[in-house]
Amino acid sequence: MRIIVQEAPFDFGAEAEGFASGRHDMGAIVTFTGVVRDFGNGTLDTMEIEHYPGMTQKALDAIADEARTRWSLGDVLVIHRYGRMEPGEKIMMVATAAPHRKDAFEAAEYLMDYLKSRAPFWKKEHAKTGETNWVAAKDEDEDALSRW
Amino acid sequence: MDVLYFAWVRERIGLPKERVSTEAETVADLVAELRAREDRYDLAFSDLTALRVAVDQELTDFDASIKGAREVAFFPPMTGG
Repeated sequence: MRIIVQEAPFDFGAEAEGFASGRHDMGAIVTFTGVVRDFGNGTLDTMEIEHYPGMTQKALDAIADEARTRWSLGDVLVIHRYGRMEPGEKIMMVATAAPHRKDAFEAAEYLMDYLKSRAPFWKKEHAKTGETNWVAAKDEDEDALSRW
Repeated sequence: MDVLYFAWVRERIGLPKERVSTEAETVADLVAELRAREDRYDLAFSDLTALRVAVDQELTDFDASIKGAREVAFFPPMTGG
């Protein structure tokens, strides 16, 4: 299991390939990547992600540990960036390896739902006009946790 | 103990971290002490439903004890992923 919090960009292709390689007992690999999305008409300059050093790693480890108790998983990878990113840059990825796809898909969704609402990251949009906006958490993100 | 602020809470209060000497027994008691200090604190803590709290880097609620805690952090609902 690798859980990484870093400012630098990551190589999604290399990470996915590295995660998927050399496994002989895992029939399913699921990956998800979150990308900085422009909120319309090219107005977004950068997305800034703040986090709580110290707590972030522990929170991610706990979420991944919980996923491993709930599903039959061979491995889990989480990479989450902080700092400033431009539209199109990859913010984070999760990967799950399982003998069967249902476990791999469900665990990846679980990881994403919990990462969104229970890992100490906060997104701030910087528009090209200079205006800034803290992204508000959505009720549906909180509601998504109740299905688990 | 250290009191930490993140995201708009940090911006509203105007600092990321401060050392606080307190006899407060719960998070709510600590919030009441901070609110009584200055308007910027009062404003930041005016709607607790818009805030989350972690004691020693574990998410908890405003009724939680802070006796012996080293670190209390206040922040808005998280927006990771």
